[in-house]
Amino acid sequence: MMDVGRHPRIELMTNSEVESIAGFVGNFNVTVRKKARYVDPNECTACAECTKVCPVAVPDEYQQGFSSRRAIYLPFPQAVPSSYVLNMNDCLGNNPIACGKCAEVCEKHCINYDDQDELVNIEAGVVIAATGMEVYDPTEYDEYGYTRFDNVITSMEFERLICAGGPTGGHFLRPSDRKTPKSIGFIQCIGSRSRDGRGNPYCSNICCMNTVKDTLLLCDHYPGIEAKVFYMDMRAFGKGFEDLYMRSKEEGVKYIRGIPGEITKDAQTDNLTLTVENTTTGRREEHELEMLVLAQGVIPRRDGEQVKKLLTLSTTSDGFIMESHPKLKPVDAPTKGVFIAGCVESPKDVKDSVTQASAAAARASILLNAGKTKIEAITSRIDPARCNFCGICAQVCPYNAIIAPDRKAEKAPTVIQAACAGCGACAAECAQDAIIMRHFRDEQIMAQIEAILEINPHQHLLTFACNWCSYAGGDNAGTARLQYPTTCRLIRTMCSGRVDEKFVIHAFRLGAPIVLVSGCHFSDCHYINAVHWTQKRMDRLWNKLDKLGIRPERLRLEWISAAEGQKFAKVMRELEAGVKEVSEEEIAHTMMVLAEEEAKREEKISRRMVGVEG
Amino acid sequence: MANQLEKPGDLRIGVFVCECGLNIAGTIDCAEVSKYAETLDDVAVVVQNKYTCADPGQNEIKKAIVEHNLNRVVVASCTPKIHEPTFRECVADSELNPYLFEMVNIREHCSWVHQNEKERATEKAKDLVRSGVARARFLEPQTEMEVPVTKAALVIGGGIAGIQAALDLADGGHKVYLVEKEPTIGGIMAALDKTYPTMDCSI
Repeated sequence: MMDVGRHPRIELMTNSEVESIAGFVGNFNVTVRKKARYVDPNECTACAECTKVCPVAVPDEYQQGFSSRRAIYLPFPQAVPSSYVLNMNDCLGNNPIACGKCAEVCEKHCINYDDQDELVNIEAGVVIAATGMEVYDPTEYDEYGYTRFDNVITSMEFERLICAGGPTGGHFLRPSDRKTPKSIGFIQCIGSRSRDGRGNPYCSNICCMNTVKDTLLLCDHYPGIEAKVFYMDMRAFGKGFEDLYMRSKEEGVKYIRGIPGEITKDAQTDNLTLTVENTTTGRREEHELEMLVLAQGVIPRRDGEQVKKLLTLSTTSDGFIMESHPKLKPVDAPTKGVFIAGCVESPKDVKDSVTQASAAAARASILLNAGKTKIEAITSRIDPARCNFCGICAQVCPYNAIIAPDRKAEKAPTVIQAACAGCGACAAECAQDAIIMRHFRDEQIMAQIEAILEINPHQHLLTFACNWCSYAGGDNAGTARLQYPTTCRLIRTMCSGRVDEKFVIHAFRLGAPIVLVSGCHFSDCHYINAVHWTQKRMDRLWNKLDKLGIRPERLRLEWISAAEGQKFAKVMRELEAGVKEVSEEEIAHTMMVLAEEEAKREEKISRRMVGVEG
Repeated sequence: MANQLEKPGDLRIGVFVCECGLNIAGTIDCAEVSKYAETLDDVAVVVQNKYTCADPGQNEIKKAIVEHNLNRVVVASCTPKIHEPTFRECVADSELNPYLFEMVNIREHCSWVHQNEKERATEKAKDLVRSGVARARFLEPQTEMEVPVTKAALVIGGGIAGIQAALDLADGGHKVYLVEKEPTIGGIMAALDKTYPTMDCSI
């Protein structure tokens, strides 16, 4: 931690949050809000005079509420930067009647009650998201009495009670009578591997070994202490882990296979009695213990949505950030130039966090060392000859990459190539077909539609899937070997916003029974908000189909994320039934109606041409 | 090489059908897909490989580009998310513009998800190859734009992962902005007493 504080090339911005990130790989423009600290960190010498006079006492978050801190405080002795911070919510304020004492005693005059948040702009070529995790709150497991019994604590609280820098100076005491317990129990998997709707279904990875560590600390500090661990499976899978587990057993720690179902407290002794089915012996057992530790699991950060939005990332079903590929690109985010490290990706211990962080740094270094990167040639281009200067493209573009046309000067819009991300929403909205998406041109997609519907069109589920989410959701179903019917014939576009009305109409015109458009969930859209245009266009299309006497239900819209292989397979199964429901007569009728529409349109165009010539 | 068509209709498409060991061939009749691909217009050559992404498979592509003067390449194998960059580089090695390459996913989207329906999966693979070839006819050479990379990194989060990433990058000579929400770095790790497997102090 100290190394970070004094590194000449690291600009440390604590008490700060990223507000916005614009731009693209190699060229991110970031706004950071430096929140008011009310103490100048460059001037503060951490002399502690301010804390001595502060009259406010609030629970100390760092000590898990076991002790109190002042309104002006140092988070913990080794904090970096080593500067006090004033929490304005706790402070009585700089009112001469109310308080203002800390500023009076600060010889360096580094306390400023009028400090303001500051917005700072920074330019970065790469971003590493290492926003971490939170621990599971065991309150909802009321049978363990966390809120009712003083001597039931969590594993995070255990850390503070055994720590020399903790509220008890490292003397392990139980809260009810401040005596060192002679017996202690640990219950594993609190909020992890749960199937009863409470907690989470995944394994939190760290709790088994953390408990093994805790028992070793106790045996070291208090030889002869009776420690019992209640578990469903002990997972000591890492390097050196089995040794620690065996050492703990050799020290006399009892490992009992079974999760207690009930806990009662003796009113006189404050001891706890656990009732458990020992699944090794098949017997019901009772254990009286003086103290109990709940090995709480790891959960995604509750403010994780913010990071997701900032960097257009997705999460897997457990709520952790999804990597670009689970095996081959484990620290790359799907957004180019963004990398992930630590518990934001999945629950992991210190060693794995460090490993992943070094990997992310190495991946990021590739871009930084090269000093340049190539951008996929999938951007949009405007054909001025076809443009009617309506300007819809400039309105649609989520990146403001299109300079609006000048109708009077008959100047067509232009695309800033470096800013265009290639979603194709502009091309799909352009009624004049004046926008060419490089590598995803109309002709290319139309050719795919025609090829797919060339043979047995009535049997196929023509599917458009966006590259980032729905296509990847299909990949996810494949990797998981989820089986679904063979009806689907899929066309990949970068974004569902690329799916032009005429693609859908053309597919129905050629005999498609059902057309599925699938894209990212609104919050996952990889092109900021291009997916909104998908929704608007589908609404228009449903109306149009309805007016033409074509059942709108035959055009389906589904949001499928990259992690939702299950959903992809489910949609495929549902739509298999949908395809079978559409009769050949219905398809023939649709084809006739759309052929007539096409003929009318062509006639109108030729009349106009005649008019022009005349 | 033939990046631009000399005249319209002068298409020479090579189709490479990958068995991916048994990952694809275990479900899809690759020989039938290959035979079918030969019947498609503008297809000049069809090659079936055990592993198209491996060196021998890539060499087949390079060889065919030269021998058959190919101006489009279609590989029917896995998801483009894994090997599109591989094959783009492969065709570029033979001086064909990488954007004249098209990938058809007959593994994740076909063989792996229709393991009990071999005939139908084979029919689907044929349809997907036909669609890929149809798209390939309209592919155009593209030039990728090169953009500079700002020589600085933003690390969001000052827990153990953020600290390590920031130090590695900074030690490597790069400017790093480390942004932490709390008044101090350290994160959850700083609240731990000892950490396993070394049983030493966390800070």
